[in-house]
Amino acid sequence: MSQITTQSGHIGSARSGGVRSAGAAGRRRRPKQVLRLLSPVTSNQTLVYGLTGAVVFFGLWEVGHYLTPEESRRFLPSPQHVIATLIRLIEEKDYLSDIGVSTYRIFVSFFAACAVAIPLGVFMGCFANMRALINPMLSGARYLPAASFIPLLLVWFGPTDTQKLALLFLGVIFFLIALILDNTEAVQKELVEAAMTMGASRREIVMGVVVRAASPAIMDSMRNMIAVGWTYLVIAEIVAAQDGIGAVMMRAGRFLKVDIIMAGILSIGILGVLTDLLFRMAAHYMFPWNRKRRG
Amino acid sequence: MTDAAVAVPATTVHTDTERAIVAERVTRRYLGGRFTAVDDISLDVPEGQVVAFVGPSGCGKTTMLRMIAGLEDPSEGDIHVFDKPVLGPGPDRGMVFQAYTSFPWLTAAGNVEYGMKILGVPKEERREKAMKLLEEVHLSKFANAYPSELSGGMKQRVAIARTLAQNPDVLLMDEPFGALDAQVRWEMQEMMIELIEVEKKTVVAVTHDIQEAVYLADRIVFYTRSPGRIKEDIILDFKKGQRFPKKEELLNEPGYIDIERQLFAWMREEIQAD
Repeated sequence: MSQITTQSGHIGSARSGGVRSAGAAGRRRRPKQVLRLLSPVTSNQTLVYGLTGAVVFFGLWEVGHYLTPEESRRFLPSPQHVIATLIRLIEEKDYLSDIGVSTYRIFVSFFAACAVAIPLGVFMGCFANMRALINPMLSGARYLPAASFIPLLLVWFGPTDTQKLALLFLGVIFFLIALILDNTEAVQKELVEAAMTMGASRREIVMGVVVRAASPAIMDSMRNMIAVGWTYLVIAEIVAAQDGIGAVMMRAGRFLKVDIIMAGILSIGILGVLTDLLFRMAAHYMFPWNRKRRG
Repeated sequence: MTDAAVAVPATTVHTDTERAIVAERVTRRYLGGRFTAVDDISLDVPEGQVVAFVGPSGCGKTTMLRMIAGLEDPSEGDIHVFDKPVLGPGPDRGMVFQAYTSFPWLTAAGNVEYGMKILGVPKEERREKAMKLLEEVHLSKFANAYPSELSGGMKQRVAIARTLAQNPDVLLMDEPFGALDAQVRWEMQEMMIELIEVEKKTVVAVTHDIQEAVYLADRIVFYTRSPGRIKEDIILDFKKGQRFPKKEELLNEPGYIDIERQLFAWMREEIQAD
């Protein structure tokens, strides 16, 4: 036993000595590559890379602003000007209530879409014959641009809030169904079979096994689709809207106030990032079993 | 199983024990009849026997097992398990799959309790029995771990415990250790021997692994390659009804090598056929 300890101690010291001398001798190493496949990043590196990306973006924007001829510079205002405009809008123009209205529209329409898409997607994912019945029609609907529904929705609902909610709903629903169908079908077949051999009822298998198993993926689909919802916001609020971020931007456009338009774009971006964060955090707390294995 | 079955020595065919699994002229065709996976197989497994289905890939052994489980229907013929016709899957026939099927949202203990919950076992009894079974599969320390925190071997132990928790009449295993590395497979095989001794179940296990089959089983049903028929059906007499807690002890048994050589020869015949 003692012999083994000595032996391993010896190997250990030899190895560390070896590394040191090899380093001194300038042993050949694998060349450093910026783009290395399968190479992970630490959380510090993530932060540094992220900040670098942001600095480069705003830098290019700034440079673009100063390279623009003096007389047309107001069509490409500098980033700090846009940020200042955003703050001014909030302080003087009650922009927060517009943000509130837009956020409300996004979330209400999106959760209404989920209330339809999740049961339908799961149903089709569980029963292939129901998929064959329903899915062909839905697949076609995905190719219809949401904006093409605007005239119809105006006739049906008038220039109301309902019309805007309906448009946002239509903008995401068909893709959401398709994604949730995929998520459901991706559930490992053996989980269902295992539940069947344990005598679980069909209801228990659908609700207790398939939905449970698919739920993290469904949450991911929701996170991705609510982002698409945000992209439809301006389209929804262009026509016959008095309030909301889109309406503010449209009004500014009429008076060529590019700084306000860009402040609108920026605020949608910020809200989008916050929404994403919200869904990520929700998933983190809802599915503790799905977190990456620690250490 | 209410009346405890005696550990059945493999040496003799027991006419006094109940017939656990009876398959009569079972055929399974696919592709509208163009492909026959299982061709006219009849099989009789007495209670308490451990049977291994062995054969080359694509010989229909898994299909046969899945039909006993009720996950697939025979195209022709009937299967009875303890005199009940198999009309679909059910908790009287527990199944362990090759793929990991522990539910990832439940802890190890939660998984073991799941099957009992379906059967309506009261909560405290569930908990107690789950802990006992986790001990039997050497997993007590991981009762509260999620499957994502467990190794492949541990996940299979959870699956086995979960299946046994329902106290099935028959334990069906479809290459349960096929995805595990050699060392873990060996540990699992020795654990299975312990479990077979404790639980005294009728077991049917599908395997590619000849040594595994010889080690675990009382009887080997060897399949021909497509269409799947029974090539040979042998009782492993050389073990004299013993089960060996340590796998290496088996190697010293007279007759062991002959059986293994014979199985390899049959396997070669089937692989080289056509």
